[in-house]
Amino acid sequence: MAYPTNYRYTREHEWIEASGKTGTVGITEHAQDSLGDIVFVELPRVGEKVEKGKVFGSVESVKAVSDLYSPATGTVTAVNEELTSAPEKINADAHAAWIMKIELSDPSEIDALLTAADYEAYAKEETGH
Amino acid sequence: MVDFGGWDMPVEYSGLIAEHMAVRTGVGVFDVSHMGDIQLRGPGSLGAVQHISMNDAARLQVGQAQYSAMLYPEGTFVDDIIVHKFSENDYLFVINAGTREKDYEWVRAQARAFDCHVNDYSDYYTQLAIQGPRAQETLQKLTNADLSKVKFYWFTWGTVCGLPNTLVARTGYTGEDGFEIYVPSDEATSERVWNEVMAAGAEFGILPCGLGARNTLRLEAALSLYGHEISESINVFEAGLDRFCKLEKGSFLGSSALRGVLSGGGPSRKLVGLEVVERGIARDGYRVFDLSGNAIGSVTSGSPAPFLKKNIALAYVPRSFAEVGTEVAVEIRNNPVKAVVVPIPFYKKPKKAAQS
Repeated sequence: MAYPTNYRYTREHEWIEASGKTGTVGITEHAQDSLGDIVFVELPRVGEKVEKGKVFGSVESVKAVSDLYSPATGTVTAVNEELTSAPEKINADAHAAWIMKIELSDPSEIDALLTAADYEAYAKEETGH
Repeated sequence: MVDFGGWDMPVEYSGLIAEHMAVRTGVGVFDVSHMGDIQLRGPGSLGAVQHISMNDAARLQVGQAQYSAMLYPEGTFVDDIIVHKFSENDYLFVINAGTREKDYEWVRAQARAFDCHVNDYSDYYTQLAIQGPRAQETLQKLTNADLSKVKFYWFTWGTVCGLPNTLVARTGYTGEDGFEIYVPSDEATSERVWNEVMAAGAEFGILPCGLGARNTLRLEAALSLYGHEISESINVFEAGLDRFCKLEKGSFLGSSALRGVLSGGGPSRKLVGLEVVERGIARDGYRVFDLSGNAIGSVTSGSPAPFLKKNIALAYVPRSFAEVGTEVAVEIRNNPVKAVVVPIPFYKKPKKAAQS
């Protein structure tokens, strides 16, 4: 699956799509593939402050639990409640199944994140194939 | 792929939940070649088996198998095993991968006093487990052995995929009906048999299953896993495996320590089943607390249960907390999450209509 070039990526396998002051965050195709069947998503609360590089929630598959790290600092403006009852939507389309939207404190933070090409190379290196 | 006792093993093929459900509702196939095979032969073999393993092998008939375990003198586990009786002087132990060298050395050392040859045949066999309610129909297409005559925990020899004298045992590690077959381990043969099993099971939706589904299936059935529910620091009564331990058969390795546990009032902790009743997934190693916040034990295996659709766990707790219905808390990512002691196994296969 292609990594959208208008997204930016973290080494912890989150993506963010920034549009003005709004950032939409999810996990990558590589992350969902590594985790396998996702059964539980711990969402942040609307209004919560999240900090770049800090844990804002978690995602659990049958076999493992994985922390979610915020790609940027900001305030949560929306969470994808649909994932509470249908977490498998992340497996079906990780790059569409967003987890939270945040109001970015500093949109320029995004520029330091990995591009699609950089992330793809990084993910390949991590899995060794 | 993950390293599993030195084997490269897939955790999942098409997806853990789909693989798990295939075994509960149809059929799945596992490559379990990592399991070890130790054969004990000779006039002293029964004596050796009786000394080394806790179940009563004297009760076995030729063609029958039993779940058992090898114990240290302390009554704790070297490993759990399946003992197969091939003939009066010929027994096979099927053992775990991670403990293979240790087990083989242990069996050799302990069998020395008996007139008995011990051989490690682990590398000679590819072991495939064909598991699920449609396992018999799948495998029957590939063998001349009449599988309907093979009862649970019995075995037979037959031609399988053209391979004569193949061991076919009605055993498994899924809580489901199924078979385990032992074929020559050369790559071409193994691959051919695997492909023939896949083709035979196609009409039943057969899926290749990985270690992930193997773990969730055995957890739903509350089957012990070495290094989790059983280990060198856990004894038979704590693990709740009393029914496979026959103290009345006479003295054997671990028996006097176990008698001591009984005369001392029984084990102080017990393995229990937990169902997490609040939101959260208990996982291996998580701590268990009482409702006042005192640490009382820990989870040995915990996971979402794909068939039962509950979050379940096995855990060691003091005996006073072992009663079904007792409420405890599992510490999940720094939060106490309520769980309740439930009967195990969590899953029991539905009773089949009497076979003709």
